[in-house]
Amino acid sequence: MASVADNVMRFFRSSSAQASAPAIPQKRNRRSSGIAEISRLLNSQDPLRVLDLGSTSANNIRFLTAKGHKNYSEDLLQASLDPAIQVKNEAGKLVPDEKKFLEENLTYPNGLFDVVLCWNLPDYMEESLVKPTIDRLWSVMKPGGLLLVFFHTRDAGPDAPCYRFHITGTDMLEMQEVRLAAKGDKQNPRLQRVFNNRNIENLFRDFASIKFFLARDAIREVLLVR
Amino acid sequence: MIYNLCLRGITPARRDGGQGMDAPKTGDFAHIGKSVVIKGELSGSEDLYVDGNVEGSIELRNNSLTVGPNGKVKATVTAKVVVIQGLIEGAVTASDRVELKKSSIVNGDITTQRIAIEEGAAFRGKVDIQREAGKAASS
Repeated sequence: MASVADNVMRFFRSSSAQASAPAIPQKRNRRSSGIAEISRLLNSQDPLRVLDLGSTSANNIRFLTAKGHKNYSEDLLQASLDPAIQVKNEAGKLVPDEKKFLEENLTYPNGLFDVVLCWNLPDYMEESLVKPTIDRLWSVMKPGGLLLVFFHTRDAGPDAPCYRFHITGTDMLEMQEVRLAAKGDKQNPRLQRVFNNRNIENLFRDFASIKFFLARDAIREVLLVR
Repeated sequence: MIYNLCLRGITPARRDGGQGMDAPKTGDFAHIGKSVVIKGELSGSEDLYVDGNVEGSIELRNNSLTVGPNGKVKATVTAKVVVIQGLIEGAVTASDRVELKKSSIVNGDITTQRIAIEEGAAFRGKVDIQREAGKAASS
């Protein structure tokens, strides 16, 4: 039988091991009205083409392909940090070049996608890339196609963590904190700005309709029809 | 220059022959080590483990391809099973399944019957699940 001293030492060793363990990205679940609406389309239509612009998610690929749809994945936030698209601006600061960015990303034929899952990309992407990206999305979507975008409200605060979204049910999402590989180390992307409703309406003015869902976690879900 | 390589016997190895932790563990397979660079067309009728660089195309209709953690494949890949630990740039077609391990990076379209993606894998492209082809093949 282990002595009391051994047990105490074991306790302290395990405590220090826990303290030095790397932080595990937090996950939490949320209900999504936008996903609920998109699920209705996914359940009632022939095979659709769905573009997922978040980090690679096995859940999303499984959810979409199990229903017979074609899943396209492209991590645009990661792509926007690619050193190959960075150029120096007038102040000598490195900023992404929108022309280069769009030459290498979202290079699909016009009118290809029935559904685009943009998630919270505009909130975390470099300002200069947001409008060109939305314009390109409009081009690659079919008329009548659905676009889902999440925007933080001011209540979220400047340190609102960036999440990736895994679809776990017809109206449920699992949210997992994003750790991006940038400049040689992993860092959590910072919230770049908070769009108000007028900004959002202007950003998507080319779309046929716009619907807002205000959630309790300081996120507005915006569902747009191309 | 285009090389047409038949895999049978080019670098046969035992999977338990000290190829590293990530190499397959049992049975015969062809092994392309991490210092090897191949440009051209690879085809064969035995399993292949690639830990080096391959550019061109890989065709193993009834066998599996494993891209090791050091492997960099810029090729069109056709195989029964494709397991990816390293990098693939190009279209991947697997008649059975594709597995993306946590260290994998895949830029290209995947066509297969089944797919497994580990947390941490990076994928950019289209996933097309071909269920009917599988049913037709089994009937």
